[in-house]
Amino acid sequence: MELATVWFLLIAVLFTGYFILEGFDFGVGMLLPVLGRDDRERRVLINTIGPVWDGNEVWLLTAGGAMFAAFPEWYATLFSGFYLPLLLILIALILRGVAFEYRHKRPEVAWKRRWDAAITFGSLVPALLWGVAFANIVRGVPLDANHEYVGGLFNLLNPYALLGGLTTTALFVTHGAVFIALKTVGDIRHRARNLATRAGIVTIVLAGAFLTWTLLIRNSPAAIVLAVAAALALAGGVVAAHAGREGWAFTGTALATAFAVATLFTALFPNVMPSTLEAAGTLTVDNAASTPYTLKIMTWVAVIFTPIVLAYQGWTYWVFRKRIGVTHIPD
Amino acid sequence: MDALDVARWQFGVTTVYHFLFVPLTIGLSVLVAILQTMWHRTGNERYLKLTKFYGKLFLINFAMGVVTGIVQEFQFGMNWSDYSRFVGDIFGAPLAIEALVAFFLESTFLGLWIFGWDRLPKRIHLATIWAAAIGSTFSAYFILAANSWMQNPVGYHINPETGRAELTDFVAVLTNKVALITFPHTIFGAFLVAGSLMVTVALWHLIRRKDSPDTSTYRFAAKFGSWVTLLASAGVLLTGDIQGKIMTEVQPMKMAAAEGLYETESPAAFSVLTVGSLDGTREIYSLKIPGLLSFLGTGSFDGEVKGINDLQAQYAAQYGPGSYTPIIPVTYWSFRFMIGFGLAAAAIALVVLWTHRRGRTPTSRWLLRAGLIMPLLPLAANSFGWIFTEMGRQPWIVFGEMLTRDGVSRTVSLTEVLTSFTAFTLVYAALAIIEVRLLIRYAKNGLPETTPPPDPDRTDDDADRPLAFAY
Ligand code: HDD
Ligand code: HEM
Ligand code: HEM
Repeated sequence: MELATVWFLLIAVLFTGYFILEGFDFGVGMLLPVLGRDDRERRVLINTIGPVWDGNEVWLLTAGGAMFAAFPEWYATLFSGFYLPLLLILIALILRGVAFEYRHKRPEVAWKRRWDAAITFGSLVPALLWGVAFANIVRGVPLDANHEYVGGLFNLLNPYALLGGLTTTALFVTHGAVFIALKTVGDIRHRARNLATRAGIVTIVLAGAFLTWTLLIRNSPAAIVLAVAAALALAGGVVAAHAGREGWAFTGTALATAFAVATLFTALFPNVMPSTLEAAGTLTVDNAASTPYTLKIMTWVAVIFTPIVLAYQGWTYWVFRKRIGVTHIPD
Repeated sequence: MDALDVARWQFGVTTVYHFLFVPLTIGLSVLVAILQTMWHRTGNERYLKLTKFYGKLFLINFAMGVVTGIVQEFQFGMNWSDYSRFVGDIFGAPLAIEALVAFFLESTFLGLWIFGWDRLPKRIHLATIWAAAIGSTFSAYFILAANSWMQNPVGYHINPETGRAELTDFVAVLTNKVALITFPHTIFGAFLVAGSLMVTVALWHLIRRKDSPDTSTYRFAAKFGSWVTLLASAGVLLTGDIQGKIMTEVQPMKMAAAEGLYETESPAAFSVLTVGSLDGTREIYSLKIPGLLSFLGTGSFDGEVKGINDLQAQYAAQYGPGSYTPIIPVTYWSFRFMIGFGLAAAAIALVVLWTHRRGRTPTSRWLLRAGLIMPLLPLAANSFGWIFTEMGRQPWIVFGEMLTRDGVSRTVSLTEVLTSFTAFTLVYAALAIIEVRLLIRYAKNGLPETTPPPDPDRTDDDADRPLAFAY
């Protein structure tokens, strides 16, 4: 396999990791006002992701860095083209990150309430906008012959992309609810489980429509298989959640996320950003890639360090494996 | 005003802002790790108290470092897309490696450290803070290697077909002589900040809360921080001196601009202070040390230092007509402020050590006032160091290869950049107020009461015990 293709795959893997991990973080953040009835309960929710959210976010930074290193044209066109949505995502991530750390640093109710709002806003906005962004990448955007985006903001807000945004939002809500059910004890756990089932059904409808539309735009046999796998995993996850099998439910929603990302990247390949204007504008794995020498170095680094990162991140989840509930929250 | 100007302002503001938190993260993570190691070794509770106390200040700062860093990662693509296209083959690699090798280490192990007091065996818990500290230091190396490539491009060639820079020797990029010297200079600068913060807080408690039972612990912290500050200032002096020589070699214009030296001189004098017309062309009053600039730049007191006029003519002949001179008042003053503010912090550290001699405890109000501004001095020195380095490189974004104005995103409109610049500035200003207030609040609270962390082996017996730490 050509190195550029390997790096296309690796970037898909990095985004998959990002959406699986930060996907449930976003879900927990969005569910904060729904499942957290009082301050103690909200603290339980936040502490299910407390030790891990920052490590999860680094998946995005690595994906961004890898895109810059392996496909500079893609990185440059994507982030200068999707300027304002990306700005909103960044602002959201800033407020959210600070909120986790600062929320418990003062006792006033108003202080906590404001940071809670920041967490919810900071989780909802990226959950929605990443869906919009990826849908637009797959659908294609106006790129001129220099690979520059010439579409403006409203071009990005088309029905297909908005459906994509709703799908990722619903998916992460479900994934987050399942995660909460898996990590808590007591009343919250039951409420989270019930909510997971209901949110899961909404997600199945949205994701079904979105993936079908995706296949209508860019059809390929592999993408169909992956889309079906995503739907099955999601359905399985929802059934398991309903049956109270939280570990299986979480496996289901995680796999559904992975298959959905895989569907999008498969539908995209061998392009990385198709142009709707002229064929010459389309960015492909070949014309966006770095030199083989750079890719070779990056491959070595990735081969050595990715397993190490996976090992210690996995260990972190093991260390913090215990469920928590309101009795575990110190005053 | 056009999109280029705003993009430059945005980069300058967001990066300098990021670098207010970076030095404290780099320096304080190591100092906290050392304190925890001392507790581990001696079992003396005062080190545990200090670990927790400074650890808390460290975490308040760290959160800001992380979120402002995210902006940096994507800003190249957003505002500097032509730059990203031109250098991606070379510049992207250290950035990606930084994330994969350093940021994962830093953030994962810090999570373990924060929440792991009652979950991990003591030794492993101690190892987590060291891992996080090592991650921070790694991250500094990779990003500085990337930045050094812009100062002194090495290990590449320009592809004549695409006009882009392509990597030919990655080892050369990582061992760029500018990177090798910039790294220790920046790390010492970071310890200057961290040591100063430690002194400030301890001093405040010593002088304001004379009857505190923790006086001896604060005395220890004030002395420890002062030594760190002094050693770090020796470090920045030593490395800064070498940097000056390398800079004279690879970017002679920057050295001339640092000094406002218009005509080539041998020997060249260093002016401590010059009052002149704003562009520096006419001198009104100047205090000079003969031969010092020659020494800084070449290592000998009568070496030749090239002047701006000669260099400008030389570059115009080499690269075509245009101005290759940075804004002289900015480079001249930022260079002096860097050195001056940094050394002022070291001077205060000396006084603090003097007031602690032979078991004494300082009481002076004046020292308290000086102590309170102490961490601001090296922070300012760090910012001015960057402003000098980056503004002194202008008009180049990649020295000798690409002009800053050619690196900007062509399709991003003025409205868009203005929107993002305004948004970041407002959010950053609000967060700055919040974080400074929190830091002061927690610094004033003083050392925490500590009960030794519960034994992690017992966790299974009483599963309902509250967490040792929770958000
Ligand atoms: C000399 C060191 C240094 C320099 C020059 C920079 N940074 Fe930085 N950065 C760090 C040293 C650092 C750090 C010490 O590793 C930080 C600071 C606080 C922190 O949390 O980690 C960090 C955080 C940080 C993060 C968040 C990491 C996380 O989530 O854990 C990102 C994405 C960046 N930085 C990216 C950048 C970029 C793209 C820069 C160039 C413009 C940059 N930094 C300049
Ligand atoms: C890899 C790291 C870095 C890269 C690629 C980089 C690149 C740039 C770019 C693209 C600009 C805008 C062009 C310009 O205005 O000159 C700039 C300016 C600047 N950067 Fe850096 N920079 C880096 C690190 C830093 C750091 C860590 C600081 C310190 C805080 C810093 C401080 C500045 C300042 C003060 C300016 C001037 C802003 C202005 O011109 O208005 N830079 N740099
Ligand atoms: C005392 C506190 C000081 C602090 C906090 C400090 C900090 C910094 C920082 C953050 C930079 C930009 C990053 C870099 O290129 O390394 C810098 C650059 C530089 N510093 Fe310092 N510095 C200090 C003292 C000194 C001294 C005493 C000297 C000289 C004797 C010096 C010489 C330089 C030079 C020459 C550069 C520019 C390097 C280049 O652009 O190639 N610094 N400083």
